[in-house]
Amino acid sequence: MGDSLTRLLFLSDYNTRVVVAGTLLFGAGAGLVGTFLLLRRRALLTDALAHATLPGIVLAFMLFAALEGGGKRLPILLVGAALSALVGMLAVVLIRRFSRLADDAALGIVLSVFFGLGMALLGMATRMETGHAAGLSSFIYGKTASMLLFDAVLIGVVALAVVLGCLLLYKEFTLLCFDSDYAAAQGWPVLLLDILLMFLVVTVTVIGLSAVGLILVVAMLVIPPSAARFWTHRLSRTLMISAAVGALSGGLGAGASALAQDLPAGAIIVLVAAALFGFSLLFGTERGLVKRAREAARLRRRIEEQHLLRAVYELLEGGKLGSAPNFPDYPLMFPPSTPKLGADPNFPGQEGVPISALLEARSWHPRQLRRAMRRATGRGLIAVLPGDACTLTTEGWNEARRVVRNHRLWELFLITHADIAPAQVDRDADRIEHVLDPDMIRKLEALLPAQTAGIPASAHELAGRGGAS
Amino acid sequence: MQWMALDTWIVVVGALCAMSCALLGNYLVLRRMSMMGDAISHAVLPGLAAAYLLTGSRDSVTMFAGAAVVGVLTALLVQGLYRLGRLEEGAAMGVVFTSLFALGLILLRQAADHVDLDPGCVLYGAVELSPLDTIRLWGWDVPRAAIVNGATLACNALFVLLFYKELRLSSFDPALATALGINAQVMHYLLMTLVAATAVAAFESVGSILVIAMLIVPPATAYLLTRRLGVMIGLSLVLAALSALLGHLSAITVPGWFGFSDTSTAAMMAVAAGAIFSVACFAKSCYAWGRRGIERMSFSLRSVGEDVLAALYRRREAGDEAPVSAGALRAALARPGWTALALWDLARRRAVTRLPGGYALTPAGLRQAEELVRSHRLWETFLVNIAGQSPADAHGSAMRVEHVIDAAMQSELARQTGFPELDPHAKPIPRGSSSGGEP
Repeated sequence: MGDSLTRLLFLSDYNTRVVVAGTLLFGAGAGLVGTFLLLRRRALLTDALAHATLPGIVLAFMLFAALEGGGKRLPILLVGAALSALVGMLAVVLIRRFSRLADDAALGIVLSVFFGLGMALLGMATRMETGHAAGLSSFIYGKTASMLLFDAVLIGVVALAVVLGCLLLYKEFTLLCFDSDYAAAQGWPVLLLDILLMFLVVTVTVIGLSAVGLILVVAMLVIPPSAARFWTHRLSRTLMISAAVGALSGGLGAGASALAQDLPAGAIIVLVAAALFGFSLLFGTERGLVKRAREAARLRRRIEEQHLLRAVYELLEGGKLGSAPNFPDYPLMFPPSTPKLGADPNFPGQEGVPISALLEARSWHPRQLRRAMRRATGRGLIAVLPGDACTLTTEGWNEARRVVRNHRLWELFLITHADIAPAQVDRDADRIEHVLDPDMIRKLEALLPAQTAGIPASAHELAGRGGAS
Repeated sequence: MQWMALDTWIVVVGALCAMSCALLGNYLVLRRMSMMGDAISHAVLPGLAAAYLLTGSRDSVTMFAGAAVVGVLTALLVQGLYRLGRLEEGAAMGVVFTSLFALGLILLRQAADHVDLDPGCVLYGAVELSPLDTIRLWGWDVPRAAIVNGATLACNALFVLLFYKELRLSSFDPALATALGINAQVMHYLLMTLVAATAVAAFESVGSILVIAMLIVPPATAYLLTRRLGVMIGLSLVLAALSALLGHLSAITVPGWFGFSDTSTAAMMAVAAGAIFSVACFAKSCYAWGRRGIERMSFSLRSVGEDVLAALYRRREAGDEAPVSAGALRAALARPGWTALALWDLARRRAVTRLPGGYALTPAGLRQAEELVRSHRLWETFLVNIAGQSPADAHGSAMRVEHVIDAAMQSELARQTGFPELDPHAKPIPRGSSSGGEP
């Protein structure tokens, strides 16, 4: 085992080296073609095509076995497979054209009936006296170990051609996938391009048969591009990542299956791809779940913080200091970085707000409130005062005024322009206050001409006001 | 070929399995989830293998449980990738079922050292061997597979009968179903669970190809032939059973034509279902083409007849009241094909009479011709006066449009053109019978 592992790691076995290289190239080609296929929303077409290759493979085998005795030559079988896949594709198109069945049913019908036909033919072929049909079933599950050197070279060369074809037609395929109507209007031969793309799909599918097997070959066209989309939004990078994922899973899988000869190679390759997909799903830098969860948590924290600031401000406003003539327009005379209060005896928040009052102001859990306060204190927005109270720092004061102003402008907008009852607007403004950008604020100010500066008075009874005064 | 009791049992097992699949397949086809059936029937493989590896037994209950769990898991994962990962549904399906199938293959290979549970058997099945494994039931030797598949069919039938209304509503209009208090999600997952369980019941006896074929092909065929859900379900069951019978028949006869002894029955059942689908699809297309062709032909015949009437009218208008020979009429028409047939038709409808020198209009034919020429000349007037075309161009258009102007359109044309007396070519516009509303 250890010996074979080192042999594998250094690819010292020439045969293994070629097989790994061939499968690697196949993976890259499948990743490229699959990206375009996924964008065309035809991911599952490959599944139908792959299953539809079986009758062609078996027929080609039977024909050549009858003619010259030994029909298990890969190129012949692959030509049979490609022809049969084309017939399958034609059948899908015909069903779509001449019946009112949806696409998925057309795919399902072609897939199952062609595969059934292939199995029936295989049933006959295994009962044939000339030639051994036993190897044919390796096309169903894939078997890199039984691959001859010539086969691996063939696969590698064809895959390389597919890769080159994709690169040459990059611009055309991009246009086809994103806006085929525009492409047609610009005079591109859309139908021809579509046929070319499908031709590449058939080619990749067929050469994948002997490595991955016809049941799982669809995975190599679907999984790499799906994984790539968690990392980037740009097509060029999607193509690169998808090709890399395909190549990596093809190479690693083929290598691993050389190590574990009795396990089906196709399954290993697909499991490697699936693992890469899982990794991308979690840690993708563009749409990965971890990244999106962190973004969501950051947004939630910001919302909590703004709720806290507004609650403190509104309590201060409702408290006995609220009657102070200069309350809402208390000038922002501290430089924003000054954390110290109390320097100015006129600051309305001198006394602070008791935490018990804060707790009543919103329906939040005490732990949630503590957490928000701890964070806001850390960020220098809130200062804790003796006696279980807190107040706003200068920065907090500025931020709170901004949030409150957003909130109330939105409320006023809803009341004056959307005819919503004052009692109903608080909840809506509660959500929208966090996402109002300066542009929107300017529009609101224009719509509410009386409110160009300063903080409007609240349009409704404030919660917790009675308790604080 | 020799038919034996064995063959009857094979057909019965195949038919029961096909029917239980087709029953659920109707809803998959209607919900556009056919490929989900394919995905689930592939994805149950790890469920089977894991159930076996965990419990060490191959009895049906364990297998059903394992498959049901994985079936629901597949549906959940596809939904999850679709929602959380924002993948297209087809791609999500492709990712999930291939990964699970690959896992299942590896697990099966691990288990294969201990038991005859090989992937080949799962894929192709061995319906030919099913009559050998029998259970004694009320004095009969019934194949175990027949009992298992029969029970599945009964289960599925019960499900469809109990939730007929809910399934129908959530298949056609999930939003309405939700508004009416039917949980479409629950129906979805129930359906997926049953598909998985049915797939497992079928695996042992007939293999997964037949499952996929029977889930999709008979319901799709039935969908082509009817627009009523109840009829579709019934039809799909009949077609499924028919496929089983035809499949087995062809499995033991067709290979003989090419010098082989026989082939896999399950595979031939799938092929038979496909053949039935092709016949249905072809016949339906032929029927549609035929009907459209007949409609087009009858329209052409009517147009030519109307042209004949108009030609007779114009001759009469010019003062020539003598009967016109068929040859002269043909020469007067722009499209002279079928003139003889059209004349025969007009004579049959008593619009023209055959006189010694040729044909002449009857009073009824005259009225019809007046209507037609009125439509023609009103349309010309409209084109010239209102649409601003030149009089020379208007005639060609009017020759085509006159055949499709009905009474309402004619009076509207008359109103819009101000009830003219003369057309742009200064020919009088005849007063039709329906020229009501004129001042």
